[in-house]
Amino acid sequence: MQNSTPKDIGQLSFGLMQPEEYREMSATKIITADTYDDDGFPIDMGLMDPRLGVIDPGLECKTCGKHSGSCNGHFGHIELAAPVIHVGFTKLIRRLLRGTCRECSKLLLTEDERDEFREDITESRKLGRDLNDVTKAAIRQARKKDRCPFCGEIQYDIDHEKPTTYYEVQQVLTSEYSQEIAAAMQGEGEDAERMSPDELAEQTDIDLTRINEILSGSFRPRESQRKAIEKALDIDLTEEDTNKLMPSDIRDWFENIPDEDITVLGIDPAKSRPEWMILTVLPVPPVTARPSITLDNGQRSEDDLTHKLVDIIRINQRFMENREAGAPQLIIEDLWELLQYHVTTFMDNEISGTPPARHRSGRPLKTLSQRLKGKEGRFRGSLSGKRVNFSARTVISPDPTLSLNEVGVPDRVAKEMTQTMNVTERNLDEARRFVSNGPEGHPGANYVRRPDGRRLKVTEKNCEQLAEKVEAGWEVNRHLIDGDIVIFNRQPSLHRMSIMAHEVVVMPYKTFRLNTVVCPPYNADFDGDEMNMHALQNEEARAEARVLMRVQEQILSPRFGENIIGAIQDHISGMYLLTADNPRFNETQALDLLRATRIDELPEPSGIDDEGEPFWTGYDVFSELLPDDLDLEFTGTVGEPVVIEDGQLIEGTIAEDEVGEFGGEIVDTITKVYGNTRARIFINEVSTLAMRAIMHFGFSIGIDDETIPEEAQSRIDETIEDANDRVEELIEAYENNELESLPGRTIDETLEMKIMQTLSRARDNAGNIADEHFDDENPAVVMANSGARGSMLNLTQMAGAVGQQAVRGERINRGYEDRTLSHYEQNDLSAEAHGFVENSYTSGLTPREFFFHAMGGREGLVDTAVRTSKSGYLQRRLINALHELETQYDGTVRDSSDTIIQFEFGEDGTSPVKVSSGDDNDIDVAQIADRVLDTEFESEAAKNEFLSTSSELTNLSEHADNRLVEGSEVTSDD
Amino acid sequence: MTNVDYDVTDDMIAVVEDTDLPRRLKDEVYETLEDRGDATVQDADELARAVESRYLDTRVDPLDPVGTVSAQSIGEPGTQLTMNTFHYAGVAEIDVTQGLPRLIELVDARKTPDTPMMTVYLEDEYAAEREKAHEVVWNIEATKILALGDVSTNVADMRVQISLNEDTLRERMITPEEVAEIIEDNLGVSTVQQGTEIQFGPEEPSYRDLLQLVEELRDITFKGIEEVSRVVIRREELDVGEQFVLYTEGSAFGDVLEIEGVDASRTTCNNIHEIHRNLGIEAAREAIIEETNNTLAEQGLDDVNVRHLMLVADMMTNRGEIESIGRHGISGSKESVLARAAFEVTVNHLLNAAIHGETDELDGVTENVIVGKPIKLGTGDVDLRMGSTKSSGSQAD
Repeated sequence: MQNSTPKDIGQLSFGLMQPEEYREMSATKIITADTYDDDGFPIDMGLMDPRLGVIDPGLECKTCGKHSGSCNGHFGHIELAAPVIHVGFTKLIRRLLRGTCRECSKLLLTEDERDEFREDITESRKLGRDLNDVTKAAIRQARKKDRCPFCGEIQYDIDHEKPTTYYEVQQVLTSEYSQEIAAAMQGEGEDAERMSPDELAEQTDIDLTRINEILSGSFRPRESQRKAIEKALDIDLTEEDTNKLMPSDIRDWFENIPDEDITVLGIDPAKSRPEWMILTVLPVPPVTARPSITLDNGQRSEDDLTHKLVDIIRINQRFMENREAGAPQLIIEDLWELLQYHVTTFMDNEISGTPPARHRSGRPLKTLSQRLKGKEGRFRGSLSGKRVNFSARTVISPDPTLSLNEVGVPDRVAKEMTQTMNVTERNLDEARRFVSNGPEGHPGANYVRRPDGRRLKVTEKNCEQLAEKVEAGWEVNRHLIDGDIVIFNRQPSLHRMSIMAHEVVVMPYKTFRLNTVVCPPYNADFDGDEMNMHALQNEEARAEARVLMRVQEQILSPRFGENIIGAIQDHISGMYLLTADNPRFNETQALDLLRATRIDELPEPSGIDDEGEPFWTGYDVFSELLPDDLDLEFTGTVGEPVVIEDGQLIEGTIAEDEVGEFGGEIVDTITKVYGNTRARIFINEVSTLAMRAIMHFGFSIGIDDETIPEEAQSRIDETIEDANDRVEELIEAYENNELESLPGRTIDETLEMKIMQTLSRARDNAGNIADEHFDDENPAVVMANSGARGSMLNLTQMAGAVGQQAVRGERINRGYEDRTLSHYEQNDLSAEAHGFVENSYTSGLTPREFFFHAMGGREGLVDTAVRTSKSGYLQRRLINALHELETQYDGTVRDSSDTIIQFEFGEDGTSPVKVSSGDDNDIDVAQIADRVLDTEFESEAAKNEFLSTSSELTNLSEHADNRLVEGSEVTSDD
Repeated sequence: MTNVDYDVTDDMIAVVEDTDLPRRLKDEVYETLEDRGDATVQDADELARAVESRYLDTRVDPLDPVGTVSAQSIGEPGTQLTMNTFHYAGVAEIDVTQGLPRLIELVDARKTPDTPMMTVYLEDEYAAEREKAHEVVWNIEATKILALGDVSTNVADMRVQISLNEDTLRERMITPEEVAEIIEDNLGVSTVQQGTEIQFGPEEPSYRDLLQLVEELRDITFKGIEEVSRVVIRREELDVGEQFVLYTEGSAFGDVLEIEGVDASRTTCNNIHEIHRNLGIEAAREAIIEETNNTLAEQGLDDVNVRHLMLVADMMTNRGEIESIGRHGISGSKESVLARAAFEVTVNHLLNAAIHGETDELDGVTENVIVGKPIKLGTGDVDLRMGSTKSSGSQAD
């Protein structure tokens, strides 16, 4: 049976559910808090009622009859003894209480005001603004009314005690009104005038008899009278009276709000009525949403939600019993509050001001909100990011013999991960061979699927038989074999080159093998890094991966439009050694250098040496790798021009800026002019040639390479001594107030800056002295000059002096009071006392220097840690804001709702991949003219290719290259 | 027919104009043809076609997910930026927030930057001489009383005494009378002014009031713009020649543009909201691009293609006002409930959606990932169907 295709989800609509709906969809009412009886069977109408779905394999769901796995589960419901408030809507409830009439429940806005806000709401809806802003404004307006414009009822203020208690605050006449009036009439202080009842009656327009009655306390003044008296006597006769609103009161109140009124507040009455925010029925999630697990000792451990539901049912039961028994109001209210608490924490257990419900162990329970929230929550953890099958992860290690397009896959991984093969007449024999090899033999198979949908496991025992049964129309899940395409990824996936497609090469042992040139795009090294591999499961995906995602298609980075893949580290050292002095090689040596490339015949020798032997220079050897018609001229790494004419290196040293990662000129040009395939071949060959070259010359570095002669050491010591003296002079000048401050700086800052300058000059001088004693053959110098690794600064620190250590861009100032360490006097400003390291790494640091060095180092570590989290969040936000943008066929950039963001991408529609970000004028017309009009093309086809827009075919596999590249017959790739 | 100012034949114009090239490249083609002199129509055709093919090769592909690529291109180098808040930019005397904190600040569209500053260019007559430039400086830099003279309190008489420095007054072009008047206006006291001496005191003798007055006196801005605490003059080599340029600590962009001698066409500030208020949304967009680019360039990451920064800036200014990138801006105002819920503050978005009865049409990327449908970007945005007949010839493109 074929899997029934899941229905396509067209749209999702959100709304509140009414109690009736909960009851209707409920499979059963839940009344008992117990889960299982003594025999381990779920109790009917309990929390684990079998009608709520099944989690134990083998059982049948009582509602739908399906088994565990196919039954999604069914909701139950609890009839709450009394209504409770939904915590998520407490703010809205408060707003509605404040904005509607306490008597007739109508919104306290006149028709005109309503129209205005209704317009605002539609406007906001259209523009995608926050509707809550309009609601808030409407409520603010409504609160200004102290009387309902419809029924005339006086409105009271609503107090909200978080999280779920509401009070109505009334201003009522104090019980001591008569005393207060009398007191006020007596007047306070000595000079205050007294007021007689007559005068009061006159001023307030109240009958004198009434006044007397009021004064005697036998008549409570009406509101108008109260106000008049208050005004006349300048007193306040009111006191606050708070009246708690029970959820049932609120529910009654909300039930009467007319539909038209809530639309003004942006609430859709068809989907959500306000009274539904107060729950009378609580839905019980199906057991599949809160599965219990059986521990090793046979005990069952329930899900957090189940625990919470048990609490709710218990209290609910007690509530009902107490009410039926006619318990006093106080007890009822207590229970009500307790029920409210449990329902609240059932939905959200992180409400501020409420103690979170805890597990027996003291751990706060993970209830509904907590399940959705955050990185590991349902939305980000399970819906936006899903776990997948057909993936593998292991440590990576380098393998320079692989092509950059390839990945070495351990055989045990290859035997576990499969590709689906649709058996046809044409591949029937092949398919049978896979099956007959069984699951253990290498190009074997793990499963077959018969045309009727039955999936059979291939085992050692049945493989031979099964192989014979395989016919066209079957599916065979065969092992990964050489040439399969897989996706390879290293986290953090910061850019698209972090996920690329590779061709499989099955290999022994347990690690994934990579060519070292793909380290830069993945930002990988081999100090224990692990990477993930994903096997693709349908032809469409495999085709896309081959055409769009293969490493060679990603040589150019869209960030800066130049190559991100190129020679690295030892490759660059190797190329530098090969070309820096243009050394000579005899035939054997030259062939050995080129043995791992496609070149199997040497060109004409460059010359004949003194012994009559022909020789080839480094230039010649390197030139063999270049396309025959490449012309290039630029300033190279070492500052000298690099000239390539007709595919021959004429002049220059090949190093980082020539063939390196991040914009090596030659690699970049080849990729853009000759295509990705040619570039891949070039990079592969450069790296293998470089490895051969570096092995030919030999290359190592050790501590002896950084030691300098005695004489140089003493000169360095002198320089440092000198600098120390100068610092002392500066300090002296500062102490004598002779130091002149720099503009915009204080004296102290000036001193610091000057000392820093002096000391950094001292370090540079020490470095220069050390440098003089290193010749150009010194491996550290070679690496620094070629750009392979390290810099002259590193060398300076190893051989000369480490220099000033800094924290927050200043000399080290922290530690003890007025000093950095207890080894120094207080307020010692000298170089030594503030982290200047005189020694070099080779000579070794003193304990104090070491300490300062560690301080500087620690800052760097902290900085990196903070930076990764900050920039990670920045990246997430950027991606979230921009990920829907896409160029359209009309050249515009639009988002998924078709809003135009740009009329043309980047104002000119130029692809950032194809054009280096540094170039202003991307197309060199004159150069093209030279090419088109002056050069002879080998054939009409070559010319047409140059003229037409059709680019050469993408080769889809390493192994299909032979016919595509320069007519060469043998390739180095296999 | 377009006018072509080059010496080429009409036939050549016809073949060149027939291509999909932009004006700039067409002109370059004409220029090249003209230079060669002996070019034939066929040459022109071939050249035009070759240039066109190169040109089309560098276009963005339709359905390219440029948004994601741009976001990655800015986010990825973020890991390489420094966290050091202060760094010396251009002018050593003024500290400006740099690196990652500045980038975050820009993308957040903060109302005021951590370290507001302006770069004020001057009109030619003021830009040439230091003296003239200084005149502008005094109109910008906030002048406080301590810069003008000494303040002392006479406790016996309960008076505040100010003795102004005549030279500074002349230099800053303010008279003692003006100073006295400003004090009266601001503090509501009557002053006694004699020459460069100014005296005043509280109405009733009170030690507290006296000290209070001194405190308030120190806060009064006598001249210049209150927000600008410091101005640095630098002589700089510009395209138009050597000029004096002012750098300010603190910014009040609108006010500065009004000041005589300030070249409003070149003056900028680093607060994108101020630029938006004074110059409009297009200027703000330009400012975002410029500022992000400078921030990256300062850290040696100037190789990030401007087109990525443009896209971010365009996204931030798309609605005609500056929106931040994140929960309070673009991501928070997305149409789709699921997209918002999947970003931040999940639960609130769901609850609000229920109240407002929202529907999610599932158009976007996140929504489709959530419901398990292919997303509508790149190869997911096209449907291919196998044709029943083979298309004739090679009209694949």
